[in-house]
Amino acid sequence: MSYKYDPQLDGEIRPVSRPVLLQSLTAVIPAAAILHSEEQLKPYECDGLSAYRVTPMLVVLPETVEQTGAVLKVCHRLKVPVVARGAGTGLSGGALPLQQGVLLVLSKLNEILHIDLENRTAVVQPGVRNLAISEAVAPHGLYYAPDPSSQIACSIGGNVAENAGGVHCLKYGLTVHNILKLNMLTIEGELLTIGSDAFDTPGFDLPALVTGSEGMLGIIVEITVKLLPRPQAAKVLMGVFDDVQKAGNAVGAIIAGGILPAGLEMMDNLAIRAAEDFIQAGYPREAEAILLCELDGIAEDVDSGVEKVGGILRDAGATETRIARDENQRKLFWAGRKSAFPAVGRLYPDYYCMDGTIPRRQLAAVLHAMGELSAQYQLPIANVFHAGDGNLHPLILFDANKPGELEKAEALGGKILQLCIEAGGTITGEHGVGREKINHMCLQFNTEEIRQFHAVKRAFDREQLLNPGKNIPTLARCAEFGAMHVHNGELPFPELERF
Amino acid sequence: MEGDQDQSRLLQNQLQQALGEGRALRIAGGDSKRFYGNRVDGEILSTRQHRGIIAYEPSELVLTARAGTPLRDIEAAVAASGQMLGFEPPHFGAGATLGGAVASGLSGPRRAYSGALRDFVLGAKVLNGRGEILQFGGQVMKNVAGYDIARLMAGSLGCLGVILEVSLKLLPRPEAEQTLCFALNSRAAAAKANRLLTQAVPLSGACYSDGQLFIRLSGAGETLARCAQTLGGDGGDSDIWAAVKEQTGDFFSASDLPLWRLSVPPATDPAALSAAAAAATLWDWGGALHWIKTRLAADEMRAIAATAGGHATLFRSAQAPGDGVFQPLLPGLKKIHGNLKQAMDPHRLLNPGRMYADF
Ligand SMILES: Cc1cc2nc3c(=O)[nH]c(=O)nc-3n(C[C@H](O)[C@H](O)[C@H](O)COP(=O)(O)OP(=O)(O)OC[C@H]3O[C@@H](n4cnc5c(N)ncnc54)[C@H](O)[C@@H]3O)c2cc1C
Repeated sequence: MSYKYDPQLDGEIRPVSRPVLLQSLTAVIPAAAILHSEEQLKPYECDGLSAYRVTPMLVVLPETVEQTGAVLKVCHRLKVPVVARGAGTGLSGGALPLQQGVLLVLSKLNEILHIDLENRTAVVQPGVRNLAISEAVAPHGLYYAPDPSSQIACSIGGNVAENAGGVHCLKYGLTVHNILKLNMLTIEGELLTIGSDAFDTPGFDLPALVTGSEGMLGIIVEITVKLLPRPQAAKVLMGVFDDVQKAGNAVGAIIAGGILPAGLEMMDNLAIRAAEDFIQAGYPREAEAILLCELDGIAEDVDSGVEKVGGILRDAGATETRIARDENQRKLFWAGRKSAFPAVGRLYPDYYCMDGTIPRRQLAAVLHAMGELSAQYQLPIANVFHAGDGNLHPLILFDANKPGELEKAEALGGKILQLCIEAGGTITGEHGVGREKINHMCLQFNTEEIRQFHAVKRAFDREQLLNPGKNIPTLARCAEFGAMHVHNGELPFPELERF
Repeated sequence: MEGDQDQSRLLQNQLQQALGEGRALRIAGGDSKRFYGNRVDGEILSTRQHRGIIAYEPSELVLTARAGTPLRDIEAAVAASGQMLGFEPPHFGAGATLGGAVASGLSGPRRAYSGALRDFVLGAKVLNGRGEILQFGGQVMKNVAGYDIARLMAGSLGCLGVILEVSLKLLPRPEAEQTLCFALNSRAAAAKANRLLTQAVPLSGACYSDGQLFIRLSGAGETLARCAQTLGGDGGDSDIWAAVKEQTGDFFSASDLPLWRLSVPPATDPAALSAAAAAATLWDWGGALHWIKTRLAADEMRAIAATAGGHATLFRSAQAPGDGVFQPLLPGLKKIHGNLKQAMDPHRLLNPGRMYADF
């Protein structure tokens, strides 16, 4: 698709004069916090989805919440759209700038404001890196559970905006389960506190609504996160398979066995070899698939769990099971997984990461169908994903410099998303819709549902100034895309009955 | 199961008719939680016959059922496969339904350790105030397509839409459970419950009543035996958890004074709370949830809760305060709530005023 903002399909944006905007902003924040020259703007033209690039009109980097509010007030007054950006690691183009908009970068709001050891919470600014929170509280035996693979770089504000997950979310939940309170600025610049330091809050569950809302409802400027005590013990087990589908079935068998692993991840041969070449994690290069299963908790329970999982893996056809012998090897096993994206990235000039989620029982069938699609489109796919959650991350490998390859990769990606919906799943588990999957939303939701989303958006942002063109497609776009909406169970394609 | 049926069209018709005639509707499942929230009058829209488990795949840890399905049936069905609802919802009556549990959003003693009802909502089918049937979320563990309107329904007290179907995440049932009991003052008990969280103890409940701290452990039998030995204390009656959850113990039945629910940060000093309210509290959730029976004015109770960093709800009482049973919202939030009501139920058809007078 063309990712550029299209007024016909995404809504008109009233043109605003750049000098006027610049002048109005300079009146409320220091000039140094505003970037406007070509070379200053360049680094901000894309997020983690680098195939999409747009130079913003201006970039603003406020250093305080007050400045952020003041910027929003100016933009609201002048009717200038605002795109929020944290660390820019998002993979769906959610922070893709608008040529006629301000890119509001929150990376300078990067302080850990307070750590409450008694209540086990931390109050942090949105620009704080995910990993920095766990590092700061580690001396107290605590950590922040959601651990996206991008955790050294991504911001907690971006995590909230995407409802980010990670390898430990199967047991400990996603971002939405691990935050208590948010301070959010509305597009009018008004500060709202949603949620509270208690376990619940009167009124509607606004933290649920705002988490994962991709910068469409407000700008998150302060987050109270929950901290968890480090488990007494953690062990990781690797199951080696000569067949991807066997590994897929083993995932369901572990869960059905009444075990709730702290993490349950899968990598296929392409991903295994890439990771092995990259950081020598000790993976078996010849395996068709590996499963990494981590158990944590009380030491004795972990030991008995490891034994049980070992048995399940062998019953499911694992050719070998390995238990990380010590903490170093455990870290190494995970390091291979966590660096798998960049590792795969070294194999090919470009990769395109998909994010569909499916019911676990469909894993084997969907992995098989993806293999067929890969052959049909003649583009390799590497799989490395959150198997326990059924959250797939097929990495489509291609070369953007070859004419037509990006389009081909996108078309293949679209097919995979359709596959996920038809299997009873969703087009995005954790990376968000952003700009990338805006058309595919029309596949997953019908007209009334999309209209309901827009109504909810207007409850926060009547004039649609926050991140326009993202997350929820206009009905005009769905009509143009001509997508057939497919709902669970009502499959339009009889040949897909295998699901 | 016998009696299972899909009545979504019927409910939709009734709503559309009420919409045409401008009549307000009071949504009711088992009506077991009618006492909760502000009083609503209106024609009853009953979800009770819209019932049945639609999908339950134990290996997925997911169950989907219609709103009118008795909570009891759901708990029995998942227990038969060694699973459970991790949030331990209170029933408050034999007829409690799934829809009512989700709409009221209440969670039982396990909440502090394995999560609240809202944490387990994966998807919902909703009939909005325009009479449209909409589906949000799904049956998978992770889903960020569109706004999380399914989770927003949890605790919305029917003010945003009629919940028709819900998909919930389930948890494996622990192998064994054990209750321990310690004679302590309230402050020492809360400190102990808080401390246990950082120790290698499989805690699944901590409540306090009448000079006694009750601790519940859940896990492998051997682990429990070992933990019980190190922790000491006396063997406790495991019925305490049902009594606290369903409000059937002496504390709740001893008088008909108004019952307040204070939700506060877990490390709040319970002694300070009961001193401020000049009444004994029964606390749950390791100290984050306090039940207080008192005739103190609503403003005073709210101030006490707010000082502690939480909020107060008049949970049961013959009479509601003029501004309703829930802690009033600040103006900015109130506006957003009104806008959301407008977005989902623009004609104020559904449970008007049940949560706040304005919507
Ligand atoms: C190698 C790699 C691995 C990854 N692994 C994972 C993974 O395991 N799990 C996972 O969930 N994601 C993963 N991601 C995706 C990405 O890291 C997450 O989506 C992350 O949450 C984005 O954070 P960010 O700070 O980079 O946000 P950005 O990319 O800057 O922004 C993301 C979205 O959030 C909005 N936003 C940002 N800050 C705010 C704010 N303060 N207020 C309101 N809106 C805001 C933006 O407008 C945009 O829509 C990965 C990415 C990469 C590159």
